[in-house]
Amino acid sequence: MTTIAKPYLPATTVEPRPSRGFLHDAFVVARRGLIHMRRQPEQLSDATIQPIMFVLLFAYVFGGAIDVPGGGNYREFLMGGIFAQTIVFTAFGVAMSLANDRKNQAIDRFRSLPIAKGAVLGGHAIANLIKALLPITLMSLCGLVVGWRIRAGIMHAIGGYLLLIGFAFAMIWVGVLLGSVIATPEGVTGVAFTALFPITFIASTFVPTSTMPTGLRTVAQWNPVTTLSDALRIQFGNPNTPVQPSDPWPIAHPAAYTVIWIAAIVAVCAPLAIRAYQRSIAQ
Amino acid sequence: MHESFGESHRSGLAIEAHGLVKRYGETVALAGADLAVPSGTVTAVLGPNGAGKTTAVRILTTLTKPDEGRARVAGFDVIDQPGEVRRRIGLAAQDATVDPVLTGRENLIMLGELHQLRRRRAAIRADELLEEFSLTEAAKRRVSGYSGGMRRRLDLAATLVAEPEVLFLDEPTTGLDPRARIELWAVLDRLVDRGTTVLLTTQYLDEAERLAHDIVVVDHGRVIARGDARTLKRDVGGDTVQIVVVDPTDLPETARLLSAATATTATIDRPARTVTAPAASGVEALISVAEALRNQNIAIDDLSVRQPTLDEVFLTLTGAPAGPAVEVSA
Repeated sequence: MTTIAKPYLPATTVEPRPSRGFLHDAFVVARRGLIHMRRQPEQLSDATIQPIMFVLLFAYVFGGAIDVPGGGNYREFLMGGIFAQTIVFTAFGVAMSLANDRKNQAIDRFRSLPIAKGAVLGGHAIANLIKALLPITLMSLCGLVVGWRIRAGIMHAIGGYLLLIGFAFAMIWVGVLLGSVIATPEGVTGVAFTALFPITFIASTFVPTSTMPTGLRTVAQWNPVTTLSDALRIQFGNPNTPVQPSDPWPIAHPAAYTVIWIAAIVAVCAPLAIRAYQRSIAQ
Repeated sequence: MHESFGESHRSGLAIEAHGLVKRYGETVALAGADLAVPSGTVTAVLGPNGAGKTTAVRILTTLTKPDEGRARVAGFDVIDQPGEVRRRIGLAAQDATVDPVLTGRENLIMLGELHQLRRRRAAIRADELLEEFSLTEAAKRRVSGYSGGMRRRLDLAATLVAEPEVLFLDEPTTGLDPRARIELWAVLDRLVDRGTTVLLTTQYLDEAERLAHDIVVVDHGRVIARGDARTLKRDVGGDTVQIVVVDPTDLPETARLLSAATATTATIDRPARTVTAPAASGVEALISVAEALRNQNIAIDDLSVRQPTLDEVFLTLTGAPAGPAVEVSA
């Protein structure tokens, strides 16, 4: 039997002390998030195994049946799309970690502590942004293995990676919104599969939009996942569907259109997400 | 007799609440609860599931805002100065909220840092607490592998990271096996010896009696009685006459005789073959019921008078048995 009957004498007297600020608190929460990721690799599958699976599946199974309009290697066409899809799923990871926090009441413990306002959310955002670097790195390596190469200049390539990180940042707020509105981790998984998944498929992610029926093609052409995929192909100097005079503005200016979306998502989703999050934890 | 609100801390009240009301849709979780906990004392909030215990704790720990009423904890208003309150309190919620993926030590260090200790200081404090709560051996294991009792001890250690003035323990022993429960009681004893003000909620009457100076009985969001265990028993009044019969078929007749002798309503406990009834004067009731039983030729195993238990106090106050009832989810 454990002996616990010792006299309790506090070895230290701790006086209430002022907060050391938002960044300090957010980084403490972020470190916890990173430990979670390291110790639960199975929960990272959306950022690791799944994109690798998609690369192999499309490169070797479906790829042979898909032609890139304007010519070029399909595997090189594919990589821009896979990068984009993987980054969209950043939202899923954020939503899951928030839903789990609520489920196991970690939120209540955090809220009873004297920490800076918004630090828990900030911590999740930092951890997930760092987490997003993992699939970007893995995908780049995986791409190199299947024959993908960056054929543009270094500055162009850096621009491409920045676009990815910017989109990841925007998707974090979508994730906060989802994770706050949806009650349970199971619900989050459900929404990810019924909403996020189709959004990444009705786009130029895996196939050129020119092969789609008119209505669907219009949706795909205005879908930021399409323009993100196209912009990455251009930045990395990979084959991309040639722009037709009849194409809408987003297709002609994929990078600019994607940046507008990033700004719009952050401007609209972040305030909504913060409010939804506050509501979800204040019961 | 009340001092003006806000004078509480100077007057030695660590927790002071007036007229707390909280509604969740149609459900009224708190219907105007008052609370006064002097510094350095232990108060048990006793009540069945759904009585409003957790809601009261959530309001006092700044997690929820009341719809009506005011509360001060450690001298600060929970609505206007939540930050000041949070610096001075520790909360152990109903389900241990330590992080299962982190180790015990990592949990305590993280909470220390979020209590604004420097990392090295937080690590020292974590090791002290792990030692204190007999968790040193398990310090580097993930909490997911801890037993229920270990998890509760870690949860309690976590609330002490910043030496809180006021400690809130929401059903600290619910779900623990008897041994772990007794161990946790010993830990709580040490905290109390240190002079920390503790507010704990419980469904267990023996726990309230064992740990607390004052007991506040709540039911349906209202405080229905308060005082120490002795006062509560006295207020409910009288003794209890208890008869154990040999033959269970005699139970109804015995109950009828006991009711007549005490002029109250007797209660039958069939598995225990026991009939009990409150009585203003236990001895007189005992004599008259003994005579009646002999006249009816009812064989008995035991006949006794005793002081009421808190269970009976509870039953009398609420009109319902204490203990786990149907959960009213809020």
